[in-house]
Amino acid sequence: MTRIRAAPGFAMTAEAAPSTVFDKIWNAHLIERLDDGRDLVFVDRHVLQETTSAVAFAGLKRTGRSVRHPELTIATQDHIISTAPGRDEESYPGGRELLTLMRANAFASRIKHFGVDDPRQGIVHVIAPELGFALPGSILACGDSHTSTVGGLGALGIGVGTSEVEHVLATQTLALTRPRNMRVRFEGKLGAGITAKDLILRAMGELGVAGGRGCAVEYAGSAIASLPVEARLTICNMSIELGARLGLIAPDEATFAYVKGREFAPTGEAFERAVASWRKLRSDEGAPFERDILIDCATIAPQVTWGTTPEHVAGVGERVPDPASLSDAKRREGVAQALNYMGLEPGMPLAGIPIDVAFIGSCTNSRLSDLEAAAQVVKGRKIAPGVRGLVVPGSMSVKREAEARGLHEVFRAAGFEWREAGCSMCVSINDDVVAPGARCIATSNRNFENRQGPRSRTHLASPVTVAAAALAGHITDVREGLAA
Amino acid sequence: MRKPVREIRGVMAVMPIANINTDAIIPSVWLRTATADMGKGLFGRQRYDEEGRENPDFILNRPAFRETKILLADENFGCGSSREAAVWALVQFGIGCVLAPSFADIFYENAFRNGLIAGVIEPATYQVLKAAAAAHEGSPDFRVDLPSTSVVAPDGRAYPFAIPTSRALALMRGDDEIAITLQHAQVIEDHYQVARTTSDWLFPAALERSTAR
Repeated sequence: MTRIRAAPGFAMTAEAAPSTVFDKIWNAHLIERLDDGRDLVFVDRHVLQETTSAVAFAGLKRTGRSVRHPELTIATQDHIISTAPGRDEESYPGGRELLTLMRANAFASRIKHFGVDDPRQGIVHVIAPELGFALPGSILACGDSHTSTVGGLGALGIGVGTSEVEHVLATQTLALTRPRNMRVRFEGKLGAGITAKDLILRAMGELGVAGGRGCAVEYAGSAIASLPVEARLTICNMSIELGARLGLIAPDEATFAYVKGREFAPTGEAFERAVASWRKLRSDEGAPFERDILIDCATIAPQVTWGTTPEHVAGVGERVPDPASLSDAKRREGVAQALNYMGLEPGMPLAGIPIDVAFIGSCTNSRLSDLEAAAQVVKGRKIAPGVRGLVVPGSMSVKREAEARGLHEVFRAAGFEWREAGCSMCVSINDDVVAPGARCIATSNRNFENRQGPRSRTHLASPVTVAAAALAGHITDVREGLAA
Repeated sequence: MRKPVREIRGVMAVMPIANINTDAIIPSVWLRTATADMGKGLFGRQRYDEEGRENPDFILNRPAFRETKILLADENFGCGSSREAAVWALVQFGIGCVLAPSFADIFYENAFRNGLIAGVIEPATYQVLKAAAAAHEGSPDFRVDLPSTSVVAPDGRAYPFAIPTSRALALMRGDDEIAITLQHAQVIEDHYQVARTTSDWLFPAALERSTAR
């Protein structure tokens, strides 16, 4: 067997050929190249959630295997847990089986479990960075496609299925086809009211939902460098919607400052050694990218999706497309079908489309900065009559910090529900659902048919755009309110 | 060990749609238990109305396609959520092979782990296979042959699909991926021990301490 062995650590970047951040991290984790061409990589961190791990634990039991590194694994309850104020594990009865299994399996395997009764509970992709569990330069796996979120710290976040969850539990490794390098550069200054969400939605519009397939996408450029860490997590979160295997941003001083002092982050001299390692995580001059895309941020307006896939997106001042004007038959049919599902007329303006529900939450946009930005828009105003507004913090820690700043009062005074942490109306696997035929503007990441409930209609947008729509009762340009 | 797979024989259904996502393949309502019959939930929102009645127009409900074994779809099949239940639903329904011009990464990996053949076809092959499916609608004599990596239509015409040789062999042997990786246990352990020295910051005491209960 040919063995390509690599030493852990980023020291091997001394090699002559210029390499990318992705290459440096991957190579440091490469255990060996397998006979079938895949790479066996070490997984430093593993995060479990209740809906994709039960079958994995059952598999371990059936085969008599045990968890190889419980200390490198954490578990939480986020997907199916109720987010009703004052909830507990029983509040949503449909979730009981999986929630109980998560707790019992974690306990039996000596895995740290941050369940609904723990102050650290929250959405997997929110708590992993927040706890210092995800670190720059690490490889983190989780049975959830939005694991790419932690790329915002300069980690490789790999979303996997349940069989691979079992594989990581048993071996602390993954056998993966090595992703190819791709870069998306965001250059220029963001206008007022433009957020990380608008940048990534714009990228979706330009590249499509298969644009990054098989790739590790590095987001770079002046606009990315100026983004705070939480906004970088938002950008990397939606890499999966580009079809990419993962997304990442080179860590910098802002990243190091973010990580420092968090519960599971290295401390003291170990932290200094970590930072010294992390400083090497830059893509070298001339590092090869199979695709290199440039997006000019200066021209980006607030983005809102109009269809049933995230690439169906436009600036809030634009009109939904008219299928009749499209020359490509396949695209014409797809757009017509999407408009039919969404209940929209060809060519109608996006602004003015009435909404029934406004949802602020999900692993994309539920961090403190998201809630602060939305609260700024909402402050002192009321949501439109007939609109249901929900704010679902991404973690109990976010909720506490938001409450310390009085954000819950701002949202409640405006008429929003202030809920407990969880995935809620993004995946709608608990009772947080949009009624059949109703229209929801959401800060989440998927606008698929039926995603938020049977016949639900979803428009994706940033927290400030969702907040503005909740006040107006229809899709609106948040910048108009800012100017007033 | 998984059941070895060499051949899938039966009806081929076509869903001529790109970007079929895993939410559509298995809606979240079927994911609330670890023991559901996922086959019943396959394409649930399209197969049933809100009262749970079958939609007679949906392809898998049409008499000729109720026993579908092979599914032909357009590009980027299985995009979106990582839910492996999408593969379980296809397999439990009885589908043993999906053919498409391309697959989303996570779905593709999940397929192999469950013995589902995910065959990549050229766009031109997609078109001719669509025609072949129409010409032999509902015929139980379509055959996906893994050793020759081809789909054979009832008239005997064969169309190629792509699958990495090593993975085709793994399917034919019924390999257990975890057992294979565990054969590498020593190099994995070596890597871990070296990492603990060279990147000690990756293994802070706070992590290791907190496993004790």
